[in-house]
Amino acid sequence: MMIETHGLKKSFRSRQGRETKTVEAVRGVDLAVAPGEIFGFLGPNGAGKTTTLRMLATLITPDGGSAVVAGADLRRDPGEVRRRIGYVAQGGSTWDESSGREELILHARMYGVSKAEAKRRAAAVLDAFQLSEYADRKCKTYSGGQRRRVDIALGIIHQPKIVFLDEPTTGLDPQSRAHMWDEVRRLRDESMTVFLTTHYLEEADALCDRIAIMDHGQVVAEGTPDSLKQEISGDVVNIGLTDVARGAEVLGSAEFVRKLETMDDGLRLYVDEAGSAIPLILRSLDSGGVGIGTIELHRPSLDDVFLTKTGRTLRES
Amino acid sequence: MKILRDTWLVFSRQILLLLRNPVWVVVGVLQPLLYLLLFAPLLKPALGVRTNAEAYQVFVPGLLVMLAIFGALFSGFGLIAEMRAGVIERSRVTPVSRLALMLGRSLRDVVTLLVQGIMITLIALPFGLSVELQNVLVAYLMLALIAMLCSAVSAAVALKVRSEDALAPLLQTVSQPILLTAGILLPLAFAPQWLKNVAKWNPFSWAVDGVRDLFNGHPGTDHVWQGLTIVGLLTVLTVVWAAREFAKSVR
Ligand SMILES: Nc1ncnc2c1ncn2[C@@H]1O[C@H](COP(=O)(O)OP(=O)(O)OP(=O)(O)O)[C@@H](O)[C@H]1O
Ligand SMILES: [Mg+2]
Repeated sequence: MMIETHGLKKSFRSRQGRETKTVEAVRGVDLAVAPGEIFGFLGPNGAGKTTTLRMLATLITPDGGSAVVAGADLRRDPGEVRRRIGYVAQGGSTWDESSGREELILHARMYGVSKAEAKRRAAAVLDAFQLSEYADRKCKTYSGGQRRRVDIALGIIHQPKIVFLDEPTTGLDPQSRAHMWDEVRRLRDESMTVFLTTHYLEEADALCDRIAIMDHGQVVAEGTPDSLKQEISGDVVNIGLTDVARGAEVLGSAEFVRKLETMDDGLRLYVDEAGSAIPLILRSLDSGGVGIGTIELHRPSLDDVFLTKTGRTLRES
Repeated sequence: MKILRDTWLVFSRQILLLLRNPVWVVVGVLQPLLYLLLFAPLLKPALGVRTNAEAYQVFVPGLLVMLAIFGALFSGFGLIAEMRAGVIERSRVTPVSRLALMLGRSLRDVVTLLVQGIMITLIALPFGLSVELQNVLVAYLMLALIAMLCSAVSAAVALKVRSEDALAPLLQTVSQPILLTAGILLPLAFAPQWLKNVAKWNPFSWAVDGVRDLFNGHPGTDHVWQGLTIVGLLTVLTVVWAAREFAKSVR
């Protein structure tokens, strides 16, 4: 495993007026991330995503639990963890008055690389992230997307085994986001492990090989996006019928229908897998003599997963 | 050695950014000049001296110590800006030495101060300041230690409070009494006894006495070694403190 954590915990004490309040930001997180996968952390604001990442990147020490990151023990050998990982903070990390190239060279040199080698690597990543054109302008003149690409380039310039990306696409327009997804996939194809956080459902769905859904400091679900969706409800088939009561009678006892709801003009059927269920449904209705109007397939989304696990939808929390 | 290499890395970046900012360079040059040309003649009566030359002999050492304290004490603001931009956090995920993160920045303050100090000394010479080179070099060592000390304090406090709004009043409150009781602009020779007693507890007052003796050709006085020892010890302590703050969690 590239990352393995057990019971990782962190709470913060913050002062509000006279009282001190304790926020349990992360409440026992167990994770296993395999080499070469894009692992996504999905969760609403304040779920504890950044706190978990900052612990894994050695920036804050956990209150409890243990973790092995890229083969090094987080508590016993944080120095070795630092050498093997890259980390891109949620809020960015570039200085207004220096250029992208300067930032990259300095950052590479902080990993002990020689000046000549640092220059060579900076040129290479600038090229890979299509930043060469702006490389020598001050960072304050960059667009949001350009600046974010410099952040990510900083995170991988020392060719780490694993890179943590905290909300790599927040604030980017759809086109820049699509570009960023390509960059992230490219990193994986170069056999880097990517651990990212997001609160975009589509991003978790489209980009990540595996995801963990986080809420209130805990992982509430983990798996591939498809397996998570199937786990909760399978697929939903809405059928418009001429005779709803008769339809319900025919399908009510069929073993391929998990659950059945009656609506005004048809039925809502919960099935394990729509592809194999629809022919069976049609055959049953046909032999039962029920006329079929429309047929509509609804695949559950990650939001449905979030809803079943937490009782809220991600969009409203 | 890693620590030296890392310190150089941080230091050279800081100097580069400093030189790139023309406002800083101009202020750094003009400010001491103004002090020198405007203040010294004003102070002549207060110091009880007859010539400008005598006034400079007393005033220049004090001015240098004041610049050393103030220039470095306010460097924490730059650090907070760097924190906000995420630059500090970015450095902290690399294996770079945490002591180097601190030393590289403080050495920038030391070098700035020394450049200002040399300029002031050179400009004061034609006005009648007279000094011996080897004494002045020891005085510069004292000034460098003061700058390092104040820079470290500023960094440690900045990393703790993390906001300009908290740092500004804090530094103001601390620096005013330090300045007044150190006999920095005016020597405490004519001060009432209670003020002299208070000044004994102010490490900078020892340093100022030392620098004055060095500028006046008395390198062998107790003030000199006492000042160097006190400031030297405090510098070590505060550098360790600041480096630990760099290593600890910083949001
Ligand atoms: N340094 C800190 N001091 C006090 N509270 C903190 C600190 N850092 C985080 N918290 C609290 O811990 C909780 C988790 O925060 P965290 O930043 O990990 O959330 P997140 O999942 O990254 O959210 P977002 O999507 O908004 O970035 C929040 O309630 C936050 O206020
Ligand atoms: Mg976050």
